[in-house]
Amino acid sequence: MVNVQTIPGPAVHAEDRVLEADHPTSQVAVFTDDQPLRLDCGIDLAPFQIAYQTYGELNADKSNAILVCHALTGDQHVANVHPVTGKPGWWVTLVGPGKPLDTDRYFIICTNVIGGCMGSTGPASINPATGKAWGLDFPVITIPDMVRAQAMLIDRLGIDTLFAVVGGSMGGMQVLQWCVAYPQRVFSALPIACSTRHSAQNIAFHELGRQAVMADPDWRDGRYVEQGTHPRRGLGVARMAAHITYLSDAALHRKFGRRMQDRELPTFSFDADFQVESYLRYQGSSFVERFDANSYLYLTRAMDYFDIAADHDGVLAKAFRDTKTRFCVVSFTSDWLFPTSESRATVHALNAGGARVSFAEIETDRGHDAFLLDVPEFFDIVHAFLESAGKTRGLTAGE
Amino acid sequence: MTAQQQALPLNGLASPSDSRYRSDHLLLAEMIESGSKVLDVGCGDGDLLQLLETRGIDGRGIELSREGVNHCVAKGLAVVQGDADTDLVNYPDDAFDYVILSQTLQATRQPRVVLENLLRIGRRAIVSFPNFGYWKMRLQLLIGGHMPRTENLPATWYDTANIHFCTIKDFVELCDAINVKMERAIALDLYGRPLQFNAPWWFWNMFGEQGVFLLSRAEKGR
Repeated sequence: MVNVQTIPGPAVHAEDRVLEADHPTSQVAVFTDDQPLRLDCGIDLAPFQIAYQTYGELNADKSNAILVCHALTGDQHVANVHPVTGKPGWWVTLVGPGKPLDTDRYFIICTNVIGGCMGSTGPASINPATGKAWGLDFPVITIPDMVRAQAMLIDRLGIDTLFAVVGGSMGGMQVLQWCVAYPQRVFSALPIACSTRHSAQNIAFHELGRQAVMADPDWRDGRYVEQGTHPRRGLGVARMAAHITYLSDAALHRKFGRRMQDRELPTFSFDADFQVESYLRYQGSSFVERFDANSYLYLTRAMDYFDIAADHDGVLAKAFRDTKTRFCVVSFTSDWLFPTSESRATVHALNAGGARVSFAEIETDRGHDAFLLDVPEFFDIVHAFLESAGKTRGLTAGE
Repeated sequence: MTAQQQALPLNGLASPSDSRYRSDHLLLAEMIESGSKVLDVGCGDGDLLQLLETRGIDGRGIELSREGVNHCVAKGLAVVQGDADTDLVNYPDDAFDYVILSQTLQATRQPRVVLENLLRIGRRAIVSFPNFGYWKMRLQLLIGGHMPRTENLPATWYDTANIHFCTIKDFVELCDAINVKMERAIALDLYGRPLQFNAPWWFWNMFGEQGVFLLSRAEKGR
C-alpha cells in the first residue's frame, strides 16, 4: 500500500533549483548598470539578467520571430527537457517541428520572466549589494515590467517586429501588455485563456496561496535560503489550492471520481484515502522541488496588479485604439479561472478600438489547464491563425 | 400601404454572375462601396467576407459555430465567435459603414432588437431573409395543411433553427414601426437571382423566395 507521504518526489535536488536561479541551463542576457530596467514601482533594477531559450532559426530579414510568454509557474523551457525536473517542456504539444508553432518555420523565443526563479533576476537571485538572495528586498514587479524586460532582450537580439506574441494565462496577460506597450512591434497576437485585468476572485485565490506560504515557519520572513530551509508545506498548500482552480469539476470527476487510492475502504484517518487527494498532494510536493516560494509571492502579485484599463482612464478600448496588430483571442468553455466572459470583454474592447480580431471559444471540460493539454480544436485555430498571418507577413513554407 | 412602401423604388437588379461566389453574395457585394467597413453577422465559413475583401472592403464577422470561426480564421478573416442576439449590444455606435445580416434574422430570438442594433452599429444595414409569403409556402400550408418546407429551408418545424419567420410584407411593417428607412428592396427567386421586373408589393410578397433590403436610419421626427 502506497500513500502519498511515501511516494518519492521527482528525482530533483534542491541545489539544482537554487543553482538555476543565478546560473541557468539557458542562454542569458546580462544588462549592466548602464541599462537598468525601469520598474513600475519607481525603482531602476540594475544589473539584471534574462534567461531565455530559442528554437528554430531567425530568418535573414528577422521577420519570423515568435515570442512565447509563460504562465505563472512556467518557465523558458517550452520545448526542451526541463533541467531541474527532467520532464518534457511545458508546451511541446504546440511548439516543435510541424507543430502549430513550427520550429522549422519560426524562430521561437521564450524568456523566464523577471521575478521568476529559473535564471532571470528575481527574489531567488543573488542581490549584488549584499551577496545574498534578494528575498523580500526584491522590488515588487508587474506584468508591464516583465514585458519591458522582454523588449530589452528583443532589442538585443536585433529584432524590430515580432511576427507573433503568444501565451496563455499570465502569459496571455503579457501578450496583451505587449500589444498595448509596443503595438507597432507586434504583427500578430494570441492571448489565450487570459484577461486584461485580474478578477477579485483570482486575487483572492492568490492571497490564499501567499498566506499559506507566509504562514509556514520555514518561510523565515523570506530569508529561507540563507537559513537552509524552504517553506515546502506552505508552498505545497498554495499549489494544491491553485491547482484546483486550473481544473474543473467535470475534469476532476472524470479523472478521479470518488475512487480510492490503493485501498478498498476508508481508513477513518486523514490519510489520502481518495485518489484526488493523493493527486493534489503529489502536485504540491513536486512543485516545491522546482519552484521558489518568494518567486511565487512576486509573480502572483504581478498578476493581481494587472489592469490595462486602469492605465487608460478606465476605458479598455483606449488601450487598443488604432492598433494594426492582428489578434486571435482564445478561451475554453470550462475555464472558470479566466472564463470566456473575460475574453469576450477583451474582444469587445479590441473591436471598439477598431482592431482586427478573431475569437474562438474551445469546447472542453478540462478547465483552465486546457491550453497546456492536447486539445486538437485549440491547435487548429492557432495553426489557422498563424498560417494566414504568415501569408500576410510574407513568410513562406520551409523558411 | 404606408407612404414608405409606395415611395420605394422597386427596381430589380441586373443579375451578377461569377461562378466562384453565391449569386446572393454577389448581389450584396454590389451594394457596398470599396473602402467601406463592414460587419457580417452570421458569416458562416466567411465566403461573403472573402468576396468583400477582394473588392477592397474591410470586413469583420460574427459567427456562432467554432468550426465556422476556424474556417474564417484560416482564410485570414477577422471573425469573432458570438451570437447576434447577445453580442451586438457590445459594439459601439457607428462602428461600421454596413452591417450585414444574411439569412439569419429569422433565427434570432429578438429580431426587432437585432434590427435596431444593426442600425446603431452600422450607418446602413443589409438584411436578407426567406420570405414566408412565397407562393410555395402558402400553398403547402393551404393545401397540404402542414408547415412549409422548401429546397432552401428543408428542416422540419421541430428541428429548425428558424423561430421567427416573416413575410416581405411583415418585414416592411417592422421597418415602418421602428423608423427604419428602406433605401433599396430586392426580391430574389429560388436560385438567389433578383426578380427582373418592376412589380407591386403583393407580387414580390408572393413570388419572391427571399427579400434583400438595404436599410438606413430614418431622419429624426419623421
